Amino acid sequence: MKLAAHTWWMVVRQFRNLMREPIWIALLLIQPMIWLLLYGQLFSRVPSLRGGASTYVEFLLPGIVVMNAFFGGTWAGMAMITDLDRHVVDRFLATPASRLSIVLSQVVRSGLIALIQAIVILLVGFALGVRVHGGVLGVLVLLVTAALVSMVFAGISNGIALLVRREATMIAAANFVGLPLMFLSSILIAQRVMPHWMQVVSRFNPVNWGVQAARDAVVRGGNWGSVGVHLLLLVAVTLATASFATWTFRSYQRTL
Amino acid sequence: MDAIVAEGLEKRYGRVQALAGVTFSVREGEIFGLLGPNGAGKSTTVRVLTTLTKPNAGRAVVAGHDVVREPNRVRRSIGYVPQESGVDREATGRENLLLQGRIQGVRGAELSARVDELLHLVGIADAADRVVRGYSGGMKRRLDIALGLVHRPSVLFLDEPTTGLDPEARAAMWVEVQRLAEQERLTILLTTHYLEEADQLAERVAIVSRGAVVAEGQPEELKRGLRGEAVTVELDDGLAERAAGIVRTLAGAEETSLDGRILRTRVPNGAQAIPGILSALEGGGIRVASVTTHRPSLDDVYLHYTGRAFADEDAAAEEPE
Repeated sequence: MKLAAHTWWMVVRQFRNLMREPIWIALLLIQPMIWLLLYGQLFSRVPSLRGGASTYVEFLLPGIVVMNAFFGGTWAGMAMITDLDRHVVDRFLATPASRLSIVLSQVVRSGLIALIQAIVILLVGFALGVRVHGGVLGVLVLLVTAALVSMVFAGISNGIALLVRREATMIAAANFVGLPLMFLSSILIAQRVMPHWMQVVSRFNPVNWGVQAARDAVVRGGNWGSVGVHLLLLVAVTLATASFATWTFRSYQRTL
Repeated sequence: MDAIVAEGLEKRYGRVQALAGVTFSVREGEIFGLLGPNGAGKSTTVRVLTTLTKPNAGRAVVAGHDVVREPNRVRRSIGYVPQESGVDREATGRENLLLQGRIQGVRGAELSARVDELLHLVGIADAADRVVRGYSGGMKRRLDIALGLVHRPSVLFLDEPTTGLDPEARAAMWVEVQRLAEQERLTILLTTHYLEEADQLAERVAIVSRGAVVAEGQPEELKRGLRGEAVTVELDDGLAERAAGIVRTLAGAEETSLDGRILRTRVPNGAQAIPGILSALEGGGIRVASVTTHRPSLDDVYLHYTGRAFADEDAAAEEPE
């Protein structure tokens, strides 16, 4: 109870602060649209890339949703560093605040933002003629996938933030994992046109689990067994990375 | 009953021994000063007492609760105003206070009334709904204090409350702290590296040096403990070592120390001793720029207990993060 309440208050704090940044909100909403339109144009002439989808935009949409969630997650630790630098975390630690809520709120906030972005991308997709073949369930899977992928990487990102506690190192780490994991997934091109070794590696990439689940829901409108497995895997990894972040938080407390 | 009891607190960071057995106690309702130069262990002591860190040895009881065994009870009973402001700069003053209050378990109408009361009490009511980023340093400091008071704690920790404030704001803060102590019926532990601040504000002080308390008592009592008067001689040229050597041979001169061209010593009676000191120095070929005598200050107390001048310690040491 205390954990849930405290986490929620901390999430509200972060959201309210973000809402005061109109430019940030604009970018948050415009950036995924640009990706969808840009990549949609760039690769639309290459039919082999799009798997079984009727248009490349339809193929791309679930990929862009997951990519957004993934990038958002990798950067989630920056807010933790800001709170550490400004001694906000230390202030909370001298109160009965739930220790776990200080970390979890960052992860939950990241998931919620990914979810909001997913809704925006979906609306743009509808305007471009995209159909979600999985219907309401498909939409639901897409949104849950976005939130989970974001939280998986928000956990890692916050863990790294708490270990390095420096913005520059944090930025380097986020860039280091960001692009490779994106290209080791079927975000932009269908799995079967990837080089063989990449196909093998991508099976262990949580980003790709998200892409597969989202694409099954949007493009195929089926294969729900596989969707379920991928979602469960993402839940498991979310728990693991959140535990990692919690563990690094304890190690931070020991430095005080 | 004592509001704070610290017994033999030890804390080690890697190979650095930050606390080497800190012992003192603070009575309920008093303003207590932890006085020492930067790096002496004041902030570490406060971090132990506010449950931010666990001691390696020793025990501490705050507001009747053990800091290691009942940290959450301690946290509900204390307010902590850290050296560095911990306010959320992107939120308004009121939002900061409301969140802090909720975390401390204050709810609903009681909370909003308390927040209004505090905003007036510390004098930032007009800026309550503005984002903190636009606050001045002094306003931010007031909000810090309000954050520490939102749940009506019985003990308030002020870590270096006036560092970074100009002299005028510092004097205003002293008045403020005294008023708060009275109105909110608080026990206050403040740390400071300003001797003057401890002298003005604290009813009792503990002098901390290199991770241990070297003296504890009322400032007046500590000063009275030093018999005699302090003599300060400003030398005109570079023969300071020789001058100190000469003064040390004089009968009655104790604890002679050097700080650049400033020579300090303590004698039973200043007016009677000065002619003797001057003629001895003159005899040694040393020219004197000025000489003053005064009742012992906390600075002299510090020198007496640590064998080192306060200002030297302060300049040499760096507060560990």
